[in-house]
Amino acid sequence: MTATKKLNLKQKYQYLTRDMDWEPSYQKKSDIFPHEDFEGIKIVDWDGWEDPFRLTMDSYWKYQAEKEKKLYAIFDAFAQNNGHQNISDARYVNSLKLFLSGVSPLEYAAFQGYSKVGRQFSGAGARVACQMQAIDELRHSQTQQHAMSHYNKHFNGLHDAPLMHDRVWFLSVPKSFFDDARSAGPFEFLTAISFSFEYVLTNLLFVPFMSGAAYNGDMATVTFGFSAQSDEARHMTLGLEIIKFMLEQHEDNVPIVQKWIDKWFWRGFRLLSLVSMMMDYMLPNKVMSWQEAWEVYYEQSGGALFKELARYGIKPPKYQDVANAAKEHISHQLWTTFYQYGQATNFHTWIPKEEEMEWLAEKYPNTFDKYYRPRFEHWEKEHKKGNRFYNNTLPQLCQVCQVPVLFTKTEDPTAFSHCDTVHEGERYHFCSEACGEIFADEPAKYVQAVLPVHQIYKGKCGGPDLPDVLTDHYHINIGEDNFDYVGSPDEKRWNEIKGIKPLNKDNDAA
Amino acid sequence: MSQYVFIAFQDNENARYLVEAISEDNPHAEIEHQPAMIRIQADKRLVITRETMEEKLNREWDVQEMLLDVISIGGNVDEDDDHFILSWN
Amino acid sequence: MSVEIKTSSVSTIRNTYSHIKRRFGDKPATRYQEASYDIEPTHNFHYKPLWDPQKSLNDPSRTAIKMKDWYAISDPRQFYYGAYVGSRAKMQENAESSFKFCEKRDLISSLDESIHHKLLKYLVPFRHLNQSANMNNSMVAADSIATTVAQAHIYQAMDHLGIGQYLSRIALMIDGNTGTALHTSKAFWMDDPMWQPMRKLAEDSMVVSDWFESTLLQNLLIDKVLFSFAYEALDEWFSEMGARDVGMLTEFMRDWNKDTTRWIIAVIKTAVAESDYNKETIQAWVNHWEPRVFEALEPIALETVGKESLSKIQAELAALLKKTGLQSTGATS
Repeated sequence: MTATKKLNLKQKYQYLTRDMDWEPSYQKKSDIFPHEDFEGIKIVDWDGWEDPFRLTMDSYWKYQAEKEKKLYAIFDAFAQNNGHQNISDARYVNSLKLFLSGVSPLEYAAFQGYSKVGRQFSGAGARVACQMQAIDELRHSQTQQHAMSHYNKHFNGLHDAPLMHDRVWFLSVPKSFFDDARSAGPFEFLTAISFSFEYVLTNLLFVPFMSGAAYNGDMATVTFGFSAQSDEARHMTLGLEIIKFMLEQHEDNVPIVQKWIDKWFWRGFRLLSLVSMMMDYMLPNKVMSWQEAWEVYYEQSGGALFKELARYGIKPPKYQDVANAAKEHISHQLWTTFYQYGQATNFHTWIPKEEEMEWLAEKYPNTFDKYYRPRFEHWEKEHKKGNRFYNNTLPQLCQVCQVPVLFTKTEDPTAFSHCDTVHEGERYHFCSEACGEIFADEPAKYVQAVLPVHQIYKGKCGGPDLPDVLTDHYHINIGEDNFDYVGSPDEKRWNEIKGIKPLNKDNDAA
Repeated sequence: MSQYVFIAFQDNENARYLVEAISEDNPHAEIEHQPAMIRIQADKRLVITRETMEEKLNREWDVQEMLLDVISIGGNVDEDDDHFILSWN
Repeated sequence: MSVEIKTSSVSTIRNTYSHIKRRFGDKPATRYQEASYDIEPTHNFHYKPLWDPQKSLNDPSRTAIKMKDWYAISDPRQFYYGAYVGSRAKMQENAESSFKFCEKRDLISSLDESIHHKLLKYLVPFRHLNQSANMNNSMVAADSIATTVAQAHIYQAMDHLGIGQYLSRIALMIDGNTGTALHTSKAFWMDDPMWQPMRKLAEDSMVVSDWFESTLLQNLLIDKVLFSFAYEALDEWFSEMGARDVGMLTEFMRDWNKDTTRWIIAVIKTAVAESDYNKETIQAWVNHWEPRVFEALEPIALETVGKESLSKIQAELAALLKKTGLQSTGATS
């Protein structure tokens, strides 16, 4: 036989994945791959696909098992040593509650979505990349359950996250985001999740949050976060590849892709507003402000990316400037909203401490003292009088992103941004022009949205009163999971751990 | 205006060698230490070379081993047996 | 509202998540349980899929099979992701040392050319069936309901990809990494009349739209029959010709078969036991597909291991079907 030549990575991968594929003749290709064409994306030749990472299954199993071994060793050590006692402050755990109910279920939805597209494409390279991401996403959803398992034994609000994700009002923001992507065709799904979310925006979720976990003594979360991120590098590369591939395949794809980028950038930006609040308000030890993170991970990195894509005729996302201008506001607007609705959340809210307000004022010199500090000072004064403010009016939700109408106009931070439209005799409300535009493009899709506030009005969420909705439908344990952090069982337990005597004993939760 | 590519690693033992190797092969790279992670950025292009890594580690090193420690990347990826390259065109 | 809690700082306030407690009672849960039960969304799907507008996203009606609770189907291996990759990493380590050993000692490349030909004609083309199996399982992972069911199918999809890659590497050993052997082998798959019923079966399997039918066909009927043929009967056949070492390179598949058989039997058995309706529906699928699987295998078996082997394979499948509460049609072709 001939002497064995050394295969390079690319050739080896070609033989070991795409070469297993064949051109069918007993069944029509369009019957085997029925979902590939309906979005209007034209693929001339799947051979033009560049495999993002050339990982064969043997290496995949080897590396992933090594990562898992390290990860679970740390989970065990964390639990054995009661690692929850070493975090900066029990308020920190509230960011984990938001994460487990808001983000972990998205990992699961991603598993389902990538399994689907991992079957839908007729190009074997793309299918395999998607399947590998599918199993990775399953990994993330499961390691998060395991990482949070110990916290759930010591803190409230983490106990019923998947059910809450399906039902609780503000969790329809992340849920509808992923439902939107999964219900789209395979190419839009990848543009939405692989490109807009993973490539363009995910750094804003994971990198500062995991750094934040490290800064707040949360070893379990840092470890699962960074371990998950090591898969993310492959996922991001898939995101960039799918975009370049579509753009290179046919010029008719350009306007379709541009429309998707515009839409999914905005959907993602709205979703990430939850992260902005986590970073600026929920981490007791702060790493960087949302504004700083936005500048590094969107303005700088996104800038470089869209400069690259310009040669295909792609422009930066249409509402990028609105998002950039909002970086000084959204975290404050969201936290002040959640503060008012803290009776209906699975996490606690609170007034930032004085030193935290100082930090916010320093990081947001143009906005914090001027617009937001006075509100906190007012509420704090009321709270001290025994009057913790809770807003009992149900908010108006945006028909598309499902965030309550709470963000303000770019040119006037004291006026809510809002618009509406009438479609087939019904009036629909939006948080912004951008969401209104997304609706106008696919009204048949967005009229279907299951808006939690409407569900409550329709009596579909248990009893007629808020406490019934909270307990029966949302599974929020009243007095444990919700209300202010001050006076909560979490706080009491934490004070016992740390031997702290509460300053104002009478300051009860409700 | 600079068009940065970047890569971020977990701050651990492996990362030390990666950072050493990257700084040697990419004199223009900027290295930034953040809580629990190291972020490296460079204008246009950043390369990790197997040969340099193997010198640093004194053992054989597979380019795909970096997948154990990487946190995030920005830029087009080109990976072969000898290099991992991030670039903007 | 005030809530009195009495705790010392290290005692726990609950044993596990509420959704796990509702299912298994108020006690500490296993990692498999916390990773696998009731984490899949069940309600309030916002939009109908553009690719299936009659149904919602996680819609139980993507199969004709009906279960009161899909989580009744669980995995006897207790595979969540970490346990799964741990198991496969061990298996691949063994496989890797076998491949290295064979490469180093030229155990495969030094075999007679006629044996190379037989490997490329009768064994290596099965990698294409791994490809259709990979796709079918990815579909089931996406469409099935309940994590205990779905996760095992993505593992199965990736396993098939890995097995196809091991088979491909046998060809690369033969051709000295030039790819010509893979090319030869693929030509048999595409054009040799002997392979055509099998290729048709693979293509037919990819248009099955009911996911439970798909898992039955792929993971029980096709996989088990092909396993008995390719990794037992054919292995013996090659051994008798003096090519015993080939068996080292398919050891992964034998390990794999052990655990996946336990798993798929549990899946089918639980669904069959649920109701007479399920049993009849699944039996009808067996009646339809079992003869077709044997029809597809027959020409390959006749050219290699002979007719008696087919009966033996048939008996093995019949025994597995019996374990699930179903009946074999008895067809060998």
